[in-house]
Amino acid sequence: MKARVTVTLKTGVLDPQGKAIEGALASLGVDGVSSVRQGKVFDIELSGNDQASAHAALTTACEKLLANTVIENYRIDLVA
Amino acid sequence: MRAAVITFPGSNREGDVARALKQAGATVAQAWHADTALPGGTDLVVLPGGFSYGDYLRTGAIAARAPIMDAVRSHSARGGLVLAICNGFQIACEAGLLPGVLVRNANLRFACKRQHLKVERCDTAFTRAYAPGQLIDVCIAHGEGNYICDAGTLAHLEDKGLVAFRYCDAEGQVTEAANPNGSLNGIAGIYSESLNVLGMMPHPENLIEHLTGGIDGKGLFDSLLGRSRAA
Repeated sequence: MKARVTVTLKTGVLDPQGKAIEGALASLGVDGVSSVRQGKVFDIELSGNDQASAHAALTTACEKLLANTVIENYRIDLVA
Repeated sequence: MRAAVITFPGSNREGDVARALKQAGATVAQAWHADTALPGGTDLVVLPGGFSYGDYLRTGAIAARAPIMDAVRSHSARGGLVLAICNGFQIACEAGLLPGVLVRNANLRFACKRQHLKVERCDTAFTRAYAPGQLIDVCIAHGEGNYICDAGTLAHLEDKGLVAFRYCDAEGQVTEAANPNGSLNGIAGIYSESLNVLGMMPHPENLIEHLTGGIDGKGLFDSLLGRSRAA
């Protein structure tokens, strides 16, 4: 089974990297971008096929390592 | 005073901090990240500066989950002293020894320069050799030193006097201009609830010899060795 974990900054947490990217896009002439927030994507392969246990394992992974929940949110998507 | 300096893959300031501790009179042992126990009789654990695990994932995130860190958490829970400098501060926050987190400097630049700090209190094991409100001139060298936490945690740190050092200018003013990384309230270092863990971004171990720029960092190591200002 494959999964994708997306880690994003919580609302209100300053994202200087996103701001710099936003500025670079403007300087490249990419119009209509009002805000950029940078995050992380983890593509993970799991050995089992049970959705519930995969979700539980990934939740543990996020809480223990992949996200710092002081500043980040995470989303788990299981991809068949 | 028996100190254990922990080396992680990518640590690079373990030798300097060991030297500063020895100069102050401590017995220093080196410990390895993969160890599961601290050297016997350890009074002080030091998490040194560097770039553990190449700053992969988040600064300090992977080192914070190293095997030795369970022993460090137990040591801290027993009231043992922990000094966490620069990358060590990032590791301590990720490990839950201190609240909050250190993120990318607000101006996105790696800050490597001399920096004045205000010593907020002089009644702790780390600062008793300094004078109340003393300004010290030390070094900073970091790309992720921007201390942030939620509003409740910040209020708690301030109310309980858990801010150890603040960035300031040469006159001791804590201003936005003197803040090198965007840290909330100019925070350069914080204590744990029981004042036995100190995390700080600046490098006191750089400033222990007149030959190499000054001795304003020496007070911290003298304090750890039990020397107070009056002594």
